[in-house]
Amino acid sequence: MLRYTLLRILGAIPTLLLVIALAFLMVHAAPGGPFSSERVLPEHVEKEIERRYHLDEPLPKQFLRYVSGLLQGDLGPSYSYRDYDVDELIADTFPVSLKLGALAMALALLLGVSAGTVAALRQGAWLDKFVMGFSMTGISIPVFVVAPVLVLFLAVKLQWLPAGWTSEVGLKRLFLPVVTLALPQIAYIARLTRASMIDVLNRDFIRTARAQGLGTATVVRVHALKPAMLPVLSYMGPAIAAVLTGSVVVEEVFGIPGLGQQFVRGASNRDYTLVLGIVVSYATLIISLNLIVDILYGVIDPRVRYR
Amino acid sequence: MSANRSIRVTAGILITIALVALVGPWISPHDYVTTNFDNPLAPPSLGDMHLFGTDDLGRDLFVRTMLGIRISLLVAIVASFVSLVIGVAYGAIAGFVGGRVDAAMMRFVDTLYALPFIFFVILLMVAFERNFLLIFVAIGAINWLDMARIVRGQTLSLREREFVEAARLTGVSTLRIVFRHIAPNLIGIVIVYVTLTIPQAILVESFLSYLGLGVQEPQTSLGALVEAGVTLMERASWSLLIPATLLALILMCFNFLGDGLRDQFDARNLS
Repeated sequence: MLRYTLLRILGAIPTLLLVIALAFLMVHAAPGGPFSSERVLPEHVEKEIERRYHLDEPLPKQFLRYVSGLLQGDLGPSYSYRDYDVDELIADTFPVSLKLGALAMALALLLGVSAGTVAALRQGAWLDKFVMGFSMTGISIPVFVVAPVLVLFLAVKLQWLPAGWTSEVGLKRLFLPVVTLALPQIAYIARLTRASMIDVLNRDFIRTARAQGLGTATVVRVHALKPAMLPVLSYMGPAIAAVLTGSVVVEEVFGIPGLGQQFVRGASNRDYTLVLGIVVSYATLIISLNLIVDILYGVIDPRVRYR
Repeated sequence: MSANRSIRVTAGILITIALVALVGPWISPHDYVTTNFDNPLAPPSLGDMHLFGTDDLGRDLFVRTMLGIRISLLVAIVASFVSLVIGVAYGAIAGFVGGRVDAAMMRFVDTLYALPFIFFVILLMVAFERNFLLIFVAIGAINWLDMARIVRGQTLSLREREFVEAARLTGVSTLRIVFRHIAPNLIGIVIVYVTLTIPQAILVESFLSYLGLGVQEPQTSLGALVEAGVTLMERASWSLLIPATLLALILMCFNFLGDGLRDQFDARNLS
């Protein structure tokens, strides 16, 4: 197990470096610098700015500077927010996004697994068809369609819930964003759970358990749930990525001051360091969470450790 | 049987939508750029042929929506083609060569699976000034992973078949075997998976346009129309609901179609 864990951690490092290099190159291959915008600056001023942000150095040197900064948690200064460092901007906005994403994932796992299990137990019945129909719809409809339509009906027309991010802290303002973010994941996890639960329920050890006279609830809870969760567990990586992506939209629609909103703003302001910093932090987050999922997978299913 | 019906129904809906999107703007008396400040936010009506109403600039939303559908479908087709070429080539080579190369290539795909690709596309869009061609390529470049996996699996089993053995014995080069003998046998499953990449491509494009990073005014796409609808929804709910419904419908039809085709394909392969 230790060997497996160490190998996984070692494997994640080149991935992370690759991502950072890719993002860095993309930003620096952009035609025109971040300051070549509306105003034409005198040449010596431009030179001075370039020197201050080390843009006059050769690219490999800039990259090394960036990576060594990263290792010390320094993502460089923001180009558009004067006097702010990118890490400050990220630290300010990340907690809200984290709360949103974590709640959405928890909701998605809870509802998705329950719905999928129920559908698997009632295979072919109307309840199963309903869950599958809902799931296909949920997978198909993008977050940026669900979010405004829910706002239109539940907030604007019926006025049950606030349409934006009110100053009032609590469940009320979190409800719509979290539900919107969770919906497609609930749908996907329900589908996955149903398929793998049906598969597990047909195995021999389940038949043995049933033959010993155990009730359906016990069979599912004690015997079937763990093996049936493996595909869901390996979906966690893509799910986290999808929730982060969705969070960009949800934060825009509901006006939540989170990392996603910061990212979109940085993108439209052409704030290269900010956008680069956010991409790098997203990637780091996703890769570390994937690593945890991988290691958990090894804990739950010992067979993968020896592959 | 029911899979067969769902294929026919969804294909029918998609063909109808595509035809209306092609012919509609041509029949309509309005075009997509002309503004009319005397008639902003008109609700849908048959009378003046504003079937979907008008937007805040008085532009006809029917023609604009049809234009949006055209762009979404175009992006989807081109991007799917890009992903098809990359995915088939990558998967076929990995599956055919096998061994360590295969393991390394597939490990790379696993790695890419976990990356926040959409952020890279946004980064590209920011860095390279929203080039339309770039959208196609970028979307295609991120959607080839599933295709590569499926094609690899299929190639692994094809590789062991007698006709490949025969080709190898007669001294046909590896590349030629892959492209002349293996690739044609992959067509069935590739078609099935293209149907499933199309909605993904539409989704990415409309997501970018929704964020204002995709197509630029006065051109439009379903994502851009939804975005415009969001800002107007309190005064003109149809400007949000119509493009939103159409986008959802198109995505749903493609997903059902792909699912149905996959079931049929599996059923035929198993029997």
